[in-house]
Amino acid sequence: MSSSFLFNVATLSYLVSMVVFFAFLGSRNKTIGLAGSIAASFGLIVQTAAIGLRWKESYDLGHGHAPLSNLYESVVFFAWTIIFIYVLIDFRYKYRAVGAFVVPFAFLGMAWAQLGLNSGIEPLVPALQSNWLLYHVITCFLGYAAFAVACGVSIMYLIKSKYEVGNGNAKSGGIMSLFPSTKFLDDLNYKAIMLGFPLLTLGIITGAAWADYAWGSYWSWDPKETWSLIVWFIYAAFLHARITRGWVGRRAAILSIIGFAATIFCYLGVNLLLSGLHSYGGG
Amino acid sequence: MTPTKTGFANSLWNFFCSLKLTIFLLIGLSAASIIGTVVPQNAAPAQYAKIYSEATVQLFNALDFFDMYHSWWFILLLYLLTLNLVACSLKRLPRDWKIFTAPTVAMDEEMEKSLSLVRHCKMPGSSAKLRDMLGVFLTREFAAPVVTGGEGRYYLFAQKSLYSRLGVYVLHFSIIIIFIGAMIGSYFGYKAYVNIEEGSESSVVYRRTASAGQMETPEQIAARAIDLGFTVRCESFSISYYDNGSPREYKSVLSVIENGRTVVDRRPVIVNSPLTYRGITFYQSSYSPADDPVFHLTVRSGKDGTGRKITARHGERVSLPGGSSLQVIEYTDDIKPFFPQLSGPAVRMAVMPKSGETQILLLLKNYPDFDLQRGGELAFTYDGMDQKWRTGLQVAKDPGVWIVWLGCCLMVAGIFMAFFLSHRRIWVRIENGRVSIGGATNKNQPAFQIFFDTLTDKLKAM
Ligand code: HEM
Repeated sequence: MSSSFLFNVATLSYLVSMVVFFAFLGSRNKTIGLAGSIAASFGLIVQTAAIGLRWKESYDLGHGHAPLSNLYESVVFFAWTIIFIYVLIDFRYKYRAVGAFVVPFAFLGMAWAQLGLNSGIEPLVPALQSNWLLYHVITCFLGYAAFAVACGVSIMYLIKSKYEVGNGNAKSGGIMSLFPSTKFLDDLNYKAIMLGFPLLTLGIITGAAWADYAWGSYWSWDPKETWSLIVWFIYAAFLHARITRGWVGRRAAILSIIGFAATIFCYLGVNLLLSGLHSYGGG
Repeated sequence: MTPTKTGFANSLWNFFCSLKLTIFLLIGLSAASIIGTVVPQNAAPAQYAKIYSEATVQLFNALDFFDMYHSWWFILLLYLLTLNLVACSLKRLPRDWKIFTAPTVAMDEEMEKSLSLVRHCKMPGSSAKLRDMLGVFLTREFAAPVVTGGEGRYYLFAQKSLYSRLGVYVLHFSIIIIFIGAMIGSYFGYKAYVNIEEGSESSVVYRRTASAGQMETPEQIAARAIDLGFTVRCESFSISYYDNGSPREYKSVLSVIENGRTVVDRRPVIVNSPLTYRGITFYQSSYSPADDPVFHLTVRSGKDGTGRKITARHGERVSLPGGSSLQVIEYTDDIKPFFPQLSGPAVRMAVMPKSGETQILLLLKNYPDFDLQRGGELAFTYDGMDQKWRTGLQVAKDPGVWIVWLGCCLMVAGIFMAFFLSHRRIWVRIENGRVSIGGATNKNQPAFQIFFDTLTDKLKAM
């Protein structure tokens, strides 16, 4: 069995999970909701095995390295972290509807990686031969995944709050009854960002440490560095507004979505549209 | 700490303390940084001329967009940020000081009004009994309370993670530390480079400047030289490749000589593994050929087969036995990209007989018999080549970098204190079978509210 086959199975599981979660929103059948969670968890297990297997395969090719070295591998890892964080939330809170807004990010990532990106296992170029690569990529992507969850939850918040306004606060029947309360969503948004921000901070610091070790300059205003700082500023602004100004609800949700848009630009837009030192560009 | 209360000074002070300024600066710095990622920084004038119209170049020049991160206005934003941080910390300090040294332990009616989370319930039993019961309850569910009051009226006060209040100071302070480290680095350190040929040495390096490499006079280059105080010698430089032809490793073997003594002997320096000596660090950064490569060939005359070794510099015309001559035209380290079924180094050369037509031959190092099969009068094999390299080293001295790392550690610690710990306080007043509970947190109100609701529900269910 090859890792590539397992990645396809994982992608399919996320697709199934996503469709089942949508069906859950339509049918409001608890069993269907559980099935969605199981599909996502199954996909996570398969994908974990696939990443491990790919790691081993690189050793079989004679130039072993962690599977975090190019755009394909980073997208796969990003999808993995999103599902990982989602499954944690699911175990903890059991709000199945959240899956319908978070799993799609992972599915889209995996589908893009499997269909559109070059999945060859390449040897590491000299610039990437460092353990800092591992620390840097893992912290950054865990942070990104937390922001993805925050974004999904914020979208849910906006939908739910709009619906509640439209129907008065009294009753929110139908699909909306499956959504967690706005208070919960708002809190989860904040919690996810509170988790993502320290991870992003660590990601930037490990990146700076690595740059210093490899190039003799911990900060050189490279576009990727600069964009990660911009993302950091946006979430810092979010946290200040929230903590000291009590920004909750709609405004917090919108800022969270803007933050994630900037995150995605930092991750993909910079490589695809701007030029710099980071070698994740190209396919 | 508070400045004089004259109107202007006061409003200036408030301005520098304000969160509005923080948000403005964070957004302003973001917006400015975006400009810097879109407009190429410190490029050659010719490149700008290609991208932008003349008027745009003039405008961007005036606005410092081409070296934006070092422009006066960007630096000003950073200074304002620092000022903002210091001012807001000074402003908070007296308030927090009081919370540390003289906490409010009794929630009276007046204070109760200032709390957003307050519940009342009636409970049976004497005040003293309720006091004891609630003391146990709070200790179990929250934290051990301080009990005050008497004569049928009791106050309980419990708090958690008081020290998390310091997190904000640590965090804000860490940013200033990082700035200090960065400034020390830029005043007392430098970024430089030096190119050294294999087998030679250098005791100076050249500062990198915005204009470095752009048609400089020797005087201008000399003005950028920095004396190391010791000598760096490049013993050798080599590149190795993976099977697929992509580079695996660039390696310079460096020695350091100080006062005639070799203090670092043949230390390999590769990308991601620099050499540091006396606070100055040398990074493998680039390489270039130092001169034309020399090729080693063997030529055999078709009849007797005895070989004769010859060497030929790239492009040099070398005489052969019998009056003909050869010249190496091209070479490659790997033939595979051109002929996928073959591998290894190859040369293409021209053989010019005394009379007649020039012949172009391909020689493959891995296939010594290849040219023999041609059946010519002379047969050649390619034995290898010597290339003298010049290694390109990035040289950096940054005495501030440890301060920057200290700041980063403080930042992480501060974030954990400030985010994951919140100072939560709960007050209880017991009077005539009536229990009033008030709660406050210094952050994350919604989460605390959920906690507070659960807590009071539990109490009511008792
Ligand atoms: C970049 C420069 C920064 C500036 C100029 C700044 C400024 C401020 C200001 C003015 C306040 C309000 C203080 C008050 O109302 O008493 C504040 C509070 C706070 N800041 Fe920052 N800040 C900065 C960076 C950060 C960062 C990166 C974080 C990490 C997320 C952070 C975390 C906090 C927290 C947690 C508070 C709330 C303190 C509280 O009331 O409990 N700050 N900051």
